[in-house]
Amino acid sequence: MWRYLLRRLAQSVAVVFGVLLLVFLIMQLTGDPAALMLPPDSPGADIERARIMYGLDRPLYVQFVRFLVGDIATGGGAGRTVRTFASGGGWLEVPIKPRKGVIRGDFGESLRYREQPALAVVIERFPRSLELMVAAFLYAVVLSLVFGLVCALRQGSLLDQAVRILAILGQSVPSFWLGLLLIIVFSVWLGWLPAMGSGTWWHLVMPAVTLGSLSLARNTRLVRSGMLDALGEDYVRTARAKGLTERLVVAKHALKNIAIPLVTLWGLDIGALFGGAVITESIFAWPGTGRLVIESVTRRDFPVVQAAVFFIALVFVLVNLVVDLIYGWLDPRVRLGR
Amino acid sequence: MPEARVPEARVSVEWADRVPIMAPSRLGELWRSLHRGVGALLGAGLLLLMVLSAFLAPVLAPHDPLEAEVTKRLRPPVWTAKGTSEYLLGTDQLGRDVLSRTIYGSRVSLIVGITAVVISGALGVLLGLIAAIQGGRLDALIMRVADVQLAFPFILLAIAVVAVVGGGLLNVILILGVTGWVSYGRVVRSQALSVKEKEYVEAARALGTRSLVLVFRHILPNVMTPVIVLATFNVASYMVAEASLTFLGLGVQPTIPSWGIMLADGREYMRAGWWMAIFPGLALVLTVLSINLLGDWLREYLDPRLRHTE
Repeated sequence: MWRYLLRRLAQSVAVVFGVLLLVFLIMQLTGDPAALMLPPDSPGADIERARIMYGLDRPLYVQFVRFLVGDIATGGGAGRTVRTFASGGGWLEVPIKPRKGVIRGDFGESLRYREQPALAVVIERFPRSLELMVAAFLYAVVLSLVFGLVCALRQGSLLDQAVRILAILGQSVPSFWLGLLLIIVFSVWLGWLPAMGSGTWWHLVMPAVTLGSLSLARNTRLVRSGMLDALGEDYVRTARAKGLTERLVVAKHALKNIAIPLVTLWGLDIGALFGGAVITESIFAWPGTGRLVIESVTRRDFPVVQAAVFFIALVFVLVNLVVDLIYGWLDPRVRLGR
Repeated sequence: MPEARVPEARVSVEWADRVPIMAPSRLGELWRSLHRGVGALLGAGLLLLMVLSAFLAPVLAPHDPLEAEVTKRLRPPVWTAKGTSEYLLGTDQLGRDVLSRTIYGSRVSLIVGITAVVISGALGVLLGLIAAIQGGRLDALIMRVADVQLAFPFILLAIAVVAVVGGGLLNVILILGVTGWVSYGRVVRSQALSVKEKEYVEAARALGTRSLVLVFRHILPNVMTPVIVLATFNVASYMVAEASLTFLGLGVQPTIPSWGIMLADGREYMRAGWWMAIFPGLALVLTVLSINLLGDWLREYLDPRLRHTE
């Protein structure tokens, strides 16, 4: 088990490093990250100044090292100023922004919230996202287990047919449209639920349903088909033959055997929730990390975009690590690497 | 490959386990199977309708999708009290015809869905084959890149790239196409790893078949089944991804009639014009539904083991 754990840990560290490289490289896609930091029509002199200020005039690998570990490894730079030609003639003193590196949580300062570290802006918003994701996850998991089980045990019944059709339909409804639909019906027409914002439990209902419905539909189908498969297995027949109650057969023999695909699916769900949260939070003006990403993209606050993308990927990697460990715990074949 | 076991197992829940290698037999059997499944038939019909409306948009649309008449803005659909037969599904905030825009909007979705799938499929198949056949460091590198990409929610990665390089139809297609290769790459790699050990491949190799011929004639056709199923579902997911990006203001230009733009407009007028958000969304849902139904059927058709449970 320890070897498996260590191997997975090493793998996760490698992935996080790759994520950082990708987050760094995305900024280079336009060829001029300095121009991205400023309003679209900034004069050349301003761009030049930003380039020096953020150290973007140095070779790419130096920039990446600086991005990772800050100024120590690249021979300081903090507090120094660089003299450069000003476009209007004469000299210009440009102070270089010090960097501590992402290793110490420094993604630079937010351009929108001046003087605030980008990562702090992201982390401040995260609890609200977590609240929404947990609610959506519970909604999806609990209901899918109930629906899936009932359908498998009453295969072919009217309820089974109805749930199956709803599940297929649910997999085809994009979350953002479901969100709009819910707002139109429950806020605009009926006036039962608040359309925007957060604060009370009532605010949580529509965003959680919007975010969780895709997972609910997918999980319901998997629980149903998984249970049907399991109930047809020999070990279930044996369990019945030896006189166990149906409840025990279902709970102890059938359900336990769909635990592995279920845990896998829940891991996938969490990934989908992170992606879906970006959209759901935007629709409902939910003040979480997802909405922050969109706000930062539209206001060109790239340090925050980088920090947010990294942070979400990091949490996602950690969740996957936990899922895989649970996996190893549930299935000995995995942890022994056979 | 013990370290690859866990991530692959995760993919397998959705695809690999459910799609064995099995060449589709004759067209006749395919048609009969399609005929039997009500869902598949419904899906095929809906999809045909959608494709037709995309191609025949200039003929079918009663109005120019860009023509704005401010005096006729926010007209409700025809069956409501204030609706007129001139605008069957009502008009938007600029007085443009919702029906015509919905019909034209199918074009963007169709173009994005299909081209992005072709790009990501080609890329994924190629990288998956290289990884499986070359093995060694190249394999490790490709799979680690895949791991890194899987650490991002798909839409988040797309948003980050769009944020930097800008939106627009072409960029959206390229971004979805390039970022979407991972699922194909992993499925093709795992299938090719087992196919390349099969006797017929060995026999071909023993006969002195050149390696490129070996790959394209003997290995590739035998790993395509899951790719086809995956590609079908992905057409739908890319359509949704494009609409989501556009809805967030990061996708297709607002000047092109698309469902994402219409939904973004509709969101601003939920009180004054609910129909603006309802109909383009309904069109998207029906299209995605039709593709999902077809995909489900295709998966079952290619894997008879599934027929009893679904």
